[in-house]
This record gives sequence, structure tokens and C-alpha cells, in this order.
Amino acid sequence: MSQNHMTSHEGESHGSYGSYVVGFVLAVVLTVASFAAVLSKAFSYWTTIAVLAVLAVVQVIVHLVFFLHMGTATAKKRMDLFVFLVTVAMVLILIAGYLFVLWDAQMNMMSR
Amino acid sequence: MLGKLTLSAIPYDVPILVGTFIGVAVIGIAVLAAVTYFKKWGYLWREWLTTVDHKKLAVMYIILGLVMLVRGFADAVMMRTQLALAYAGNPGYLPPHHYDQVFSAHGTIMIFFMAMVIMQALFNFVVPLQIGARDVAFPLINSISFYMTLVSAILINISLFIGEFSNVGWLGYPPVSELQFNPGVGVDYYIWSVQISGIGTLLTGMNFLTTIVKLRAPGMKWMQIPVFTWTTFFSCIMILTTFPVLTVSMALLALDRYLGMHFFTNDGGGSVMLYLNLIWSWGHPEVYILILPAFGVFSEIAATFSGKPLFGYASMVFATGVITILGSIVWVHHFFTMGAGADVNTFFGIMTMFIAVPTGVKIFNWLFTMYKGRVRFEGPMNWIVGFMITFSIGGMTGVMMAMPAADWVIHNSLFLVAHFHNVIIGGVFFGYVAGISYWFPKAFGFKLRDVWGKWAFRFWFVGFYLSFIPLYAVGLEGMTRRMNHYDNPNWHPWLLVACVGVFVLAAGVCCQVIQFVFGAIDAVTKKPDALDLTGDNWGSGRTLEWSIPSPVPHYNFARLPVIRGLDTFHIEKELGRPAPVGELEPIHMPKYSAVGPILGVFALVIGFALVWHIWWAVIVALLGAFVTVVHRSANLDVDFYVPVEEIRADEEAFAQRLAAAKAAE
Repeated sequence: MSQNHMTSHEGESHGSYGSYVVGFVLAVVLTVASFAAVLSKAFSYWTTIAVLAVLAVVQVIVHLVFFLHMGTATAKKRMDLFVFLVTVAMVLILIAGYLFVLWDAQMNMMSR
Repeated sequence: MLGKLTLSAIPYDVPILVGTFIGVAVIGIAVLAAVTYFKKWGYLWREWLTTVDHKKLAVMYIILGLVMLVRGFADAVMMRTQLALAYAGNPGYLPPHHYDQVFSAHGTIMIFFMAMVIMQALFNFVVPLQIGARDVAFPLINSISFYMTLVSAILINISLFIGEFSNVGWLGYPPVSELQFNPGVGVDYYIWSVQISGIGTLLTGMNFLTTIVKLRAPGMKWMQIPVFTWTTFFSCIMILTTFPVLTVSMALLALDRYLGMHFFTNDGGGSVMLYLNLIWSWGHPEVYILILPAFGVFSEIAATFSGKPLFGYASMVFATGVITILGSIVWVHHFFTMGAGADVNTFFGIMTMFIAVPTGVKIFNWLFTMYKGRVRFEGPMNWIVGFMITFSIGGMTGVMMAMPAADWVIHNSLFLVAHFHNVIIGGVFFGYVAGISYWFPKAFGFKLRDVWGKWAFRFWFVGFYLSFIPLYAVGLEGMTRRMNHYDNPNWHPWLLVACVGVFVLAAGVCCQVIQFVFGAIDAVTKKPDALDLTGDNWGSGRTLEWSIPSPVPHYNFARLPVIRGLDTFHIEKELGRPAPVGELEPIHMPKYSAVGPILGVFALVIGFALVWHIWWAVIVALLGAFVTVVHRSANLDVDFYVPVEEIRADEEAFAQRLAAAKAAE
């Protein structure tokens, strides 16, 4: 108990005014771009979905970097990033696995 | 007012249950009366029930685990005797509905309330001592974890006397666990007791992962962490990645049963196979969650009793990591017969066979640790040798079943039952018993009589083979699991042998009880050679926990230890145990708290009320729990400092005992 206070943040950076503004502008641009992609009807149906998916992934990364302060600058940040990536990998393994297994079973058994 | 609960829910017409109830009631009243007579209620409450000390929580976990072991073992005896009798027209003494509840309770209890509980006991007792910490990262949450586990165990035992338990096996497969086919409360008891204990386990996983990452003694590098702590680390990672899946699958099943949803029903767009995927992508990692700490125990014991460092420390750590990853991508091997095509089954079959590689690495590491060592066959060492033989056989039958083609023949047969008992008894159980006998003197300051431990091992070892090798044979002859009675004359002799085996196992359990009783007598009479004065009672301890007195003072380490490498204490002994340097300082420790038991009571009420649809009680208890947590969050008086005088007195007393022991040599 004594050697470590779990609540302290060990002086790490929590972002600056500038980085929040950059993040906010990027987030707004990406959101507007998503709406524009749909409302302008510039792309075909499946292309629109693909564009939206890409914009969504970029949006997630922007939030993680600028608002949740993920990065590789310090050892602690690298540790956080590693833990986050393990979590993402675990979720992807499970979801991809379920889709793979259930899709295959349904095709094989002609149950749908 | 009381939801579905009526007097007819109490099974007073079933003689076995009435007899059990009378037995439990008599023992319970005797215990309560004894506590009252000796005026120990205040002591019990102040020193044990409200504790946040990881060592005391470990002791309470062990007691809970051993009690539940006896309960689960009683179920096992009932099943084996039933199958020895129920042959050729004889219905046996357990009607099918009751028998179904017995095997469901046996599986649920042995995994959730025996194995998981003893595992958490070992985490609690050993990890902070091995890494030189004074407590876990979140001591109060540790106490809450224990109470979640305790009340879910109580809930499952309430089902014996009020209502019924699940009759659909330990994983509650739909559609038979859906309301349509199971309108009683049995499955609800199962859902809520698993759900509450899952909260406890999840908190434990989070707690110990944080402890290992953040609270290691200054200077302890990652590759200087003792192997048991490493295996705990990986086990906790798996708890964090997979227990949420269990929570979700139980919650979805509960939604099906309580709100008429259709996640796993046959109609309304549900998918039964989704449940199987969900539950086994928790269930398979779960067996590795259990076995990895057992591997850790064996690694510690092999090194201690061979008088050598562990062979291949780094390979042991990496093998554990590889098992952690591979263990998460093999779940389909539990249902190769679901109807998936060759692609799916081949992938999961090959992944399953891969797991044998890191596990084999570990077996050879233990063998090479013993090779050319001065091996002493004391109690704990017996279990590990028995483990290596038994677990290897279980591993080989596992690789057999990893072949989808072979699995189609033996799926759901007693061959499977024999396989997983082979690895769980031969691996997990042997490991945990070895761990208990290995660290017992550290926890209590006196040694158990080794001879009874050895006899317990002999009975368990022989009894295991007598009970389960016959099940391999009848499984290959086509006997399915969970069968209540049968007519096949070929199976009968095998099942008689298995029934004899279970009574040999019972002799083993008796030896373990006798060992504890004699240990307690030795402790009370202060038998001189039973006392552990030096703290290093096996004489060849290598890791930090053996460097401090037994029983361990409540603050663990008077001074934070200096890390001198892997096996710090062994290095220190070679240096002649250099005297500690520096001034003693007051130690910052958490205060005991009643929040754990209070939340436990509320959780028990919530669980019981959910089972019986007593909604007002659910709401009241939820509110109570919420207020308790808010009140605790506003409480700033949660810690204290251990004064230097107390620490100095302890340290001097320990130094005198060490000097006396040295003079006696």
C-alpha cells in the first residue's frame, strides 16, 4: 500500500489546449465528411458504406490519440497502448471467430 | 409478496434432502453455539469477517473451497454408487430428475466453488509475498471479491433445500435450459450464482493484475518475477478477457428466461449454437485459468525440493504466455459435432494440438529441474510426480479428441468425462493440494504431519486411476455421459470398479481431514518439532515469502526487500543473510472494513430474490448496495500507520528465533 498511490498520475501529459483543438477540428471534419458522403449521393451504395467505414475507423483513432491520450511517447503510454491493443485483438478474435464458425455451420447445415 | 416462492418449493418429501438438511442444520447450530459459548463473535467479526488482509482472505477462501470440495465430492459418490446399482432393470436410488441435478451441481460446484475458490486462495496468499508487497492493489475490493464468491456458494446450497437446482449440466445449454423446457427455478439458481461469483472473479483478476504490474518491490524486473506470480499474471489476463463473455452469455440466457427474448431459442430467430460459441470461448480459457496457477505451484515446488533453480525459467514464462494466447482460440473443439464444415473443424483441431507443445515444454522443464537434483520426496513433491504422470496421460487423450474425426466417435461419451477429470484432478487438483501443503506452514506457523499428506496422495493417486480409467473403457464402448441407468452387461464390471475407486478417493479425503486435525492438535499443544521458527521451514525456499516470519506479520515485510535477482532469498542465504540496513519506518496499511460483508448480504438477497421473482426485495437490496458504496466512497478514514515500535519488536523476536535455530544446528 505504502509504496505506490494508485490514483497519482506521475506527472504525465493530459494534452494541451492546442492538441484538443486539433482533435476537435479533425473530429468535426470527419463527421461532416461522413454526412457529406451520404447526402451528396456522390458514390454508389457499397462505395458509400466503405467510405463510411474508413471514416469511422479514422474517427476512432482520432478520439483515441487526441482525447484518450494514447501514444508511444512514454513507457506508460506504450504500456497503455499495448493493453488496449490486446483488448482489441481479443474482441476481434472472438467476433471474427463467431462469424467464421456460425457462418460455416449455417452454410453447411443449410439452416438459414 | 414472495413471488414464486411457496411452501411447496421445500422438498420435504425427498428423504435424501431432508436427511442432508438435518445434518447441515445440526452442524451449523453446533458451530454457531460453539462460537457463542466461547464468546468469539466479536473476534470473528473484527479479525476475520471484516478483514481486508490478503492472508486472512486466503484462509477464508481455503475453508470455503474445502467445504465445497466435500459437497461436490458427495455428489460424485452419489453418481458412482447410482451407476453401480442402476443396471438391468434396477432403477437405482436416484430418480432421473434428481440425478440430473446432482451431476449439474457437481460440475458447477467443482469448477466455480472449489477450483476457482482455492485458486483465488493461492493468488491471495502467495502473490503479494512473492513480489515483496504489503497488500494487494485494492484491499477492499479483494474483500468484496471474497464475499461475492461466498454468497454465490451459499446461494447454490440454498437450492438444495428451497426449490431445486439446474438439471441441464454445468454449462446450462439451451434450448433445454430455456423457460419452455425448464419452467422451474433450477436454471435461475444456476444463472445467478454463476453471475455473482463471476463478479468476484473478475474483480480478483483486475486486482491481482494491477498488483503484479504496480506493486512489485523496487528493483524487481519482469524476468525476476517468481514463476507462480507469472502464472497468476497470465491467468488474470485470461480472467479479464473471458469472464465478461461468461457474464454476457448468462445475461442473455436470463433475458430469454425472464423477459421472453429469443437469443438462444429455436424459434424467433434465436441461435442455440451462438450460446455454445459464447460459453466455450469462456469455458476453454477457464480451464487454463485454473491450470496455469497449478503449473506455477509445481514450478515452485520442483525447484524447492530438488535444491536447484527451476530449469528453463524463461521458457516457462514464454510457454505460459503461448498457452494464454492459444487457449483463447480453441473453443470449437468442445462441439466439433455442431455441424460446421471441415475448414472450421480443421482450424480448431490443429490449434488444439498446438497447445500440447508449450505444455510439453513445461513437463520437460520440471523433469530437468529434478534431473541431478537432490530430490526430497516430502508431501508436496509426491503430488507433483503423480501430476506429471497423470497429466501426461490426460494430455494425450486430449490430443486424441482434438482430432475432429475421432471426436465424432467419442463426443459426449464417458471417454470425454474421463479425459477432463484426468487433467483437472491430475493437474488442477493435485496442484492446489500440493500448494496448500507447501504454503500451509507459512500461513499458520506450524507444519502438518507429512505422513498423512503422503497417505492422502497415495489414495488420491490410486483412487483416481480406479475411478476414471474404467470410464475411458466404457466411453469407447459407447456409454454416453449423464446416463441415469443402463442395460449393457459389458459396462457393469467397469462401473463397479469405478465405484470402488470413488471410495478409495474418499479414503484420501479422510486422510486430508485427519492431517488438518492433527495439525491443529500439534499447534494447540505447541509440539516443538511442528513449529516453524525460521520462516523457511522446508529449508530450501528460494523466493521472498520464505524470508519473513511464519505466520506472516500483518504488514508482511518490515522493510521492503532488496531484490538481488531471480530467487532473491536463495541468493541472500548464500550471502549469509546480510543484516537489514536503514531505519524502520511506519507502514501505511488499509483499515478493516464492514463494506465487504454488507455488500455480500445484499448480493445474496438480490440473487435469491431474482431466482424467486421477488422484485421488491431486488430493488431494496440494490438500493442498499448503492448506498453502501456511496457511503464508503465518502469515507476518508480508511488507512492507518503501523508504529515503528511494533515492527521493531516483531523484527527482534524473529532475529532471536533465527539465532536460536542457527545455534541448534
